[in-house]
Amino acid sequence: MKPMAQMAMVMNLDKCIGCHTCSVTCKQAWTNRSGVEYVWFNNVETRPGQGYPRTYEDQRKWLGGWKLGKRGKLKLKGGGRFRKLLTIFANPKLPSLDDYYEPWTYDYDNLTSAPLQEHTPVARPRSLITGENTAITWSANWDDDLGGAPDHGDKDPLLKDIADKVRFEFEQTFMFYLPRICEHCLNPSCAASCPSGAIYKRTEDGIVLVDQDRCRGWRMCVSGCPYKKVYFNHRTGKAEKCTFCFPRVEVGMPTVCAETCVGRLRYIGLVLYDADRVLEAATTPDDTDLYRAQREILLDPHDPDVVREAEAAGIPADWIEAAQHSPIYSLINKYRVALPLHPEYRTMPMVWYIPPLSPVVNVVRDTGHDAEDHGNLFGAIDALRIPVEYLAQLFTAGDPEPVNDILRKLAAMRAYMRDINLGRPPRAEIPEKAGMSEEDMYDMYRLLALAKYDERY
Amino acid sequence: MGNRKTPSASGSRGEGLDNGLIDALVKTRRFFTRTEISPDLRTMTKHGGRQADAFYRDRWSHDKVVRSTHGVNCTGSCSWKVYVKDGIITWETQETDYPSTGADRPEYEPRGCPRGAAFSWYTYSPTRVRYPYIRGVLLEMYREAKARTGNPVDAWAELTGDPERARRYKSARGKGGLVRASWAEACELIAAAHVHTIEKYGPDRIAGFSPIPAMSMISHASGARFVSLLGGSMLSFYDWYADLPVASPQVFGDQTDVPESGDWWDAGYLIMWGSNVPVTRTPDAHWMAEARYRGQKVIAVSPDYADNVKFADEWLAAQPGTDGALAMAMGHVVLREFFVERQTPYFTDYVKRYTDLPFLVRLDPRGETYVPGKFLTAADLDDEAGGEHAAFKTVLLDSATGKPVVPGGSLGHRFGEQGAGRWNLDLGDVDPMLSVGGEGSVLLELPRFDAPDGSAGVLRRGVPVKRIGGHLVTTVYDLLLAQYGVRRQGLPGNWPSGYDDASQPCTPAWQETITGVPAEAAARIGREFAANAEESRGRSMIIMGAGTNHWFHSDTIYRAFLALTTLTGCQGVNGGGWAHYVGQEKCRPVTGWTQLAMGLDWSRPARQMIQTGYWYLHTNQFRYDAFTTDSMVSATAEGRLAGQTAADVLAKSARLGWMPSYPTFDRNPLELADDAEQAGMEPGDYVVSQLKSGALRFACEDPDSPENFPRILSVWRANLLGSSAKGDEYFLRHLLGADSSLRASEAPPGNRPRDVVWHDEAPEGKLDLLLTLDFRMTSTTLYSDVVLPAATWYEKHDLNTTDMHPFIHSFNPAIAPPWQTRTDWQAFQEIAHAFSELAAERLGVRRDLVASPLLHDTPDELATPHGKVLDWKYGECEPVPGVTMPKITVVSRDYGAIAAKMGALGPLADSLGAVTKGVPYKLGRSVEYLKHQNGTIRGGPADGRPSLVRDLHACEAVLAMSGTTNGHLATEGFRMLEHRTGMRLADLAAEHEGKQITFADTRAAPVPVITSPEWSGSETGGRRYSPFTVNVERLKPWHTLTGRQHFFLDHDWMAELGECLPVYRPPLNMAALFGEPHLGEQGELGLTVRYLTPHSKWSIHSEYQDNLFMLSLSRGGPTIWMSTPDADKIGVHDNDWIEAVNRNGVVVARAVVSHRMPQGTVYMHHAQDRLIDVPLAETSGKRGGIHNSLTRLMIKPSHLIGAYAQLSFAFNYLGPTGNQRDEVTVIRRRSQEVRY
Repeated sequence: MKPMAQMAMVMNLDKCIGCHTCSVTCKQAWTNRSGVEYVWFNNVETRPGQGYPRTYEDQRKWLGGWKLGKRGKLKLKGGGRFRKLLTIFANPKLPSLDDYYEPWTYDYDNLTSAPLQEHTPVARPRSLITGENTAITWSANWDDDLGGAPDHGDKDPLLKDIADKVRFEFEQTFMFYLPRICEHCLNPSCAASCPSGAIYKRTEDGIVLVDQDRCRGWRMCVSGCPYKKVYFNHRTGKAEKCTFCFPRVEVGMPTVCAETCVGRLRYIGLVLYDADRVLEAATTPDDTDLYRAQREILLDPHDPDVVREAEAAGIPADWIEAAQHSPIYSLINKYRVALPLHPEYRTMPMVWYIPPLSPVVNVVRDTGHDAEDHGNLFGAIDALRIPVEYLAQLFTAGDPEPVNDILRKLAAMRAYMRDINLGRPPRAEIPEKAGMSEEDMYDMYRLLALAKYDERY
Repeated sequence: MGNRKTPSASGSRGEGLDNGLIDALVKTRRFFTRTEISPDLRTMTKHGGRQADAFYRDRWSHDKVVRSTHGVNCTGSCSWKVYVKDGIITWETQETDYPSTGADRPEYEPRGCPRGAAFSWYTYSPTRVRYPYIRGVLLEMYREAKARTGNPVDAWAELTGDPERARRYKSARGKGGLVRASWAEACELIAAAHVHTIEKYGPDRIAGFSPIPAMSMISHASGARFVSLLGGSMLSFYDWYADLPVASPQVFGDQTDVPESGDWWDAGYLIMWGSNVPVTRTPDAHWMAEARYRGQKVIAVSPDYADNVKFADEWLAAQPGTDGALAMAMGHVVLREFFVERQTPYFTDYVKRYTDLPFLVRLDPRGETYVPGKFLTAADLDDEAGGEHAAFKTVLLDSATGKPVVPGGSLGHRFGEQGAGRWNLDLGDVDPMLSVGGEGSVLLELPRFDAPDGSAGVLRRGVPVKRIGGHLVTTVYDLLLAQYGVRRQGLPGNWPSGYDDASQPCTPAWQETITGVPAEAAARIGREFAANAEESRGRSMIIMGAGTNHWFHSDTIYRAFLALTTLTGCQGVNGGGWAHYVGQEKCRPVTGWTQLAMGLDWSRPARQMIQTGYWYLHTNQFRYDAFTTDSMVSATAEGRLAGQTAADVLAKSARLGWMPSYPTFDRNPLELADDAEQAGMEPGDYVVSQLKSGALRFACEDPDSPENFPRILSVWRANLLGSSAKGDEYFLRHLLGADSSLRASEAPPGNRPRDVVWHDEAPEGKLDLLLTLDFRMTSTTLYSDVVLPAATWYEKHDLNTTDMHPFIHSFNPAIAPPWQTRTDWQAFQEIAHAFSELAAERLGVRRDLVASPLLHDTPDELATPHGKVLDWKYGECEPVPGVTMPKITVVSRDYGAIAAKMGALGPLADSLGAVTKGVPYKLGRSVEYLKHQNGTIRGGPADGRPSLVRDLHACEAVLAMSGTTNGHLATEGFRMLEHRTGMRLADLAAEHEGKQITFADTRAAPVPVITSPEWSGSETGGRRYSPFTVNVERLKPWHTLTGRQHFFLDHDWMAELGECLPVYRPPLNMAALFGEPHLGEQGELGLTVRYLTPHSKWSIHSEYQDNLFMLSLSRGGPTIWMSTPDADKIGVHDNDWIEAVNRNGVVVARAVVSHRMPQGTVYMHHAQDRLIDVPLAETSGKRGGIHNSLTRLMIKPSHLIGAYAQLSFAFNYLGPTGNQRDEVTVIRRRSQEVRY
């Protein structure tokens, strides 16, 4: 066992309102400068949708992340490091600016300085790349709230295998939001792709950073990251990425995106993991077992063996304590309601998600009957608007069961708490059916619903 | 796990990485770097990054963090940290230090949204207004005239008096050509314009528009104080924005009072109805998301799959504007299942005590049948008729005796001597009868409007009756069951056969034919809502918003909602009731703000105008209405409004003293005061005699005569022409004389107003001066004659409050106002100085004859017994100021002293005190405190008075003179109320009696306000705020006729409109009224669709819609959302350029095609100004319009009622709404080649 500490995040998608405050505060703090106008370390995607950059999840096209080779060995999907060296001057798997978007501004000055003229002055859009007038055809968030879905929603890579489950029709409408930052993976493929060795993982907290002095701008990291969360600064010629706000985290403040999240859905905490078992977990043969494998390399911070080994590994006592109080471990391993994003990329991502309940049952039901049982006011899980298959594509390599388990827990929590809310005797059988104790369910409720500042971070 | 085999370092067997050669290469790296390579060669770790990442560390560092907020009428009222480095504002993040709501609830932190997070972009952006600007053509002529005449006032008089020169600069409005000027020259020109206008036309020809004091009270008060001290008219905003729910004064006798968002947590059942919470209440949405985890059931009613539908257990996709029908059907279910088939004790007790349901209503014969008449009052009872204000004491039956009882609490007990201690809801031993029971029954005629075209029909349904003192009466409850079609045994009439009877209002099946919501879903949700309320004792809540409040008939929609929350005992209960959030109207320290903003410390009364009425006349929209009120009255109407246009009705309302009307008369009010003096008459008598002789007329009866034009408009903290101006193109043409794309035709002879003069030619360019103060360029600045550069929200001191949370907090300057910008407080003081200098000589001291309307929460409410309308103009009564016509007051104005008065708190504050919602406050102690806190003025007209020179002084004054921030005033106010009600109240504020919240407190952290009689709920002991809890728990009456919440309104005009009771009224039929094509019609010009303008995700009104960050996260320019089938019909693909055209104007935008949109309806999100990427329209050849270029004003007569109980005017409390949702447009794909 080699315990290491990792800063991790869990986002409760069930609470995300898609407001993009996180994106803007992050952008303002980190990337509102030339060379990175198009860069959003934090972005929020409407799903179903193409994401940013467009179709980044289509690894058949982009070849990001890892795969298992013929002998069951872990290989970079984009080719081994040798291949990287050979293609270093012509990287074919790099998203173009069009795949992100061509950033622009407007002739704002015209509004004040226009001379007397025939028409009301107007501010036309102008490209920040060419400096010329431009027509806007794509943005960082073009398909927000399902805009344009009838025309191009089918390009969502996740729909490839489940197209029959999702129809872009009024009565079948569903959506949810997916905020994304760098995953600060345990097994970062960006780092492994870097020919200059400029990307490293901080020993003390696992934050993945680009060494700005060493980066030579080969952009292999951009290709190697299956989440497309490393960006190229076309002014400095270096790669940049989400830093997990390390200058804040180091002094005990949460990341900007987390602290400014008005949905109060982001949790940050330290987890301990067994560095010796990362490769083994990442090499788990079956994609659908990766979620479990990743969960299992997280070490129980209350286990005396773990504490001892951690101390031996030089992890300070207050860090171990922080791991013990971390909401992350509880959400991932105690309540088991959080899932990793695309575990099949085998990077062992460390930003996890609680899937959204989106409980609306069909709007135009002829019967008007709730798809419910036994006077439960809430919809049944199998009638949820968001197809479980879609969520499984995101979080469990297509396996619906873990998603179902979690949704059942969230629904059970609502039913259980409704009794308490209305002063009725609580029913122990509700948490029991979801595989939880009453105490755990109540504690989970407090963590998810009250979500006090000190408990989120 | 410690025993597990460690993976081989070489990775050559089992799990592993790449191949041996590459591994070897990687391994060698270990010898060249100080980093650590994992044994499995997977990754490299490194301690720190302290050198390599200096860039990020440096980027994060900053010199200071300053607390401020945003004043943008979003209701957020979020406290922000503004970061400053090297004297430059860098960015902002949210504060998280709100006082806790308690251990078992979520918290308010962190409040904010992406728009607020993008604000600092404006500080240094190229759209920032950095210097004063004046229209070049105007400035040139002004300089020339001034050089010639040697006098600024003469120069202004000359150039505006010359039609050719006036046309030259007015027609250049909105076409560029602004030139820089100095502050001194700009202020001189502004001052000259004001002096000339007051001298020639009168001070009431000057208007100011700045909305929503709560969002930055001091900035609002700056110009409002200047305009008010001059005698100018401040324009209302809450009704103008259509954010005012007129149902609130109608039902509650209150402007709006709603729960803080933290109280959503308390609800067991929550319906979001026309309120897209994640988008429009972004910082509050988490309360809804989190309350679900507590077992709250959530329903979304929305025509589209809106952002909030994601959270809802069920989505009811009602057709736009039909929400009233759905609510009526739910009410039908609640009445039948919880009142008739089964009695629900909690509900029955509640409605007996807190609503007008048990009160008796006289029935008037109408041929063979009857119609509901007036409330039975003490005046109708032989032994009570002689009592004080007997006509305002309503009557109910005691179930023990079956005899009529006159309970306390009604309006008749509120103002007279005998009412002291009797104005309360204590019923003693009386148990009111809900129904009159069984002495027989009669058949009633009741209104219905559910025909597809909205035309009026009649329902015949019976009610039980009783005869009392010669009057045939029934209860409001009996009437309500008839109106809702809930049958009881033995009553005559046509009744629905069951829930599935679609032929009759208000069954679930009936609503399905209108709304498209399945009947069983409507019934079930109604039932669940009530069942939850029964079990939780009132914890069912409806969040309602602009989606249901911006319709012409929104008051009827809302009354149907309020019927649900009231019948189920949810009003006045934490976690229950209505939660109307449209506009940041809650200025918590209202008493102090009122003193400052209205200049009441120096002169009273101030002129305040209903803005919808103002623009309806002054932008000539009335000339394009080719129909009369007959098109909207009930089939049971008596014809009191017959043949009258909306302009006629508006004029009547003005002349009866119901609504304010400025300019008031067709004569300068300064001259009018002089004329009265010369005639040796009392001003009121003089006005009456002149009106009677016809020598004097109301200006609103001839708005197109030049002496009645509005001459000066100052706009600050607002974007009128790019945002709120419904009928934008009418503004451009008639008010400004600029180019416009107006396409409508005027009413033909025969359809024109009866009492309002029609000029053959409509004037263009009525306004002489449009002045705007702003920090960014908008349509309003582009069309302005003078633009002054304003400080932003990060550059000044101010105060901010909202409905949504109970805290008051502050704006603070992170940097000093840059370039030549000034705070609004500084700017208006500077203007006032320039004005006083010119005015001292030219105007001196004048007497101003002010006409003001009869006011709510004063004895004026007693002016119209039984709401029976008499018009002196038609000889139905005598004109009596303050009774049958406006009150007449003469105010002395020392125009040379305006600047001095601006900068000091005047003597009327201590000598007369303040009155808020009928409760008087003595301010002497506060004034004394302010003398020490702010210092006093030495010398001049304000010698010895507390200083208001600095914005900080103004903040302290607001805090010191309000009950919510001064515990002493709050307790004193409650003691006054205790005297009137006889109920214990002062304990509510006792915990804070000695507390004075200071500005320094608001800088340190958001501060919870003190429970005060200025509002109807309680925060005592840290409780979450819910409105009317004081009424319910302390038996304090509502400010209505009965003192209870009203289902029934007995005013004459309500009967004419068929709206005495809740009723369903569909959206207006624009085809019938204006000849627009029918919905769904497709012709050469395109497809006709419903045109809605909901609030945007990427802006707050027009603010932020020009912000680069918001544009980058959206589509980068103006858009219209449409459904897939509609797009298919006209061949539109996503992002195609489209044009939308109707009689009001033209819009060019790009299409966003989405399956989440319902067929037949398009959304052009609110307040997309014409400045960002708007090309020329094919239709007009001119710049495409704003969202409000396709809308216009429509005035509903019932909004103009006044002088009767809760239907009496107060500023922003009651008035015609500037609704815009009923509009339709034709939409088509246009050429994809666009020109700018």
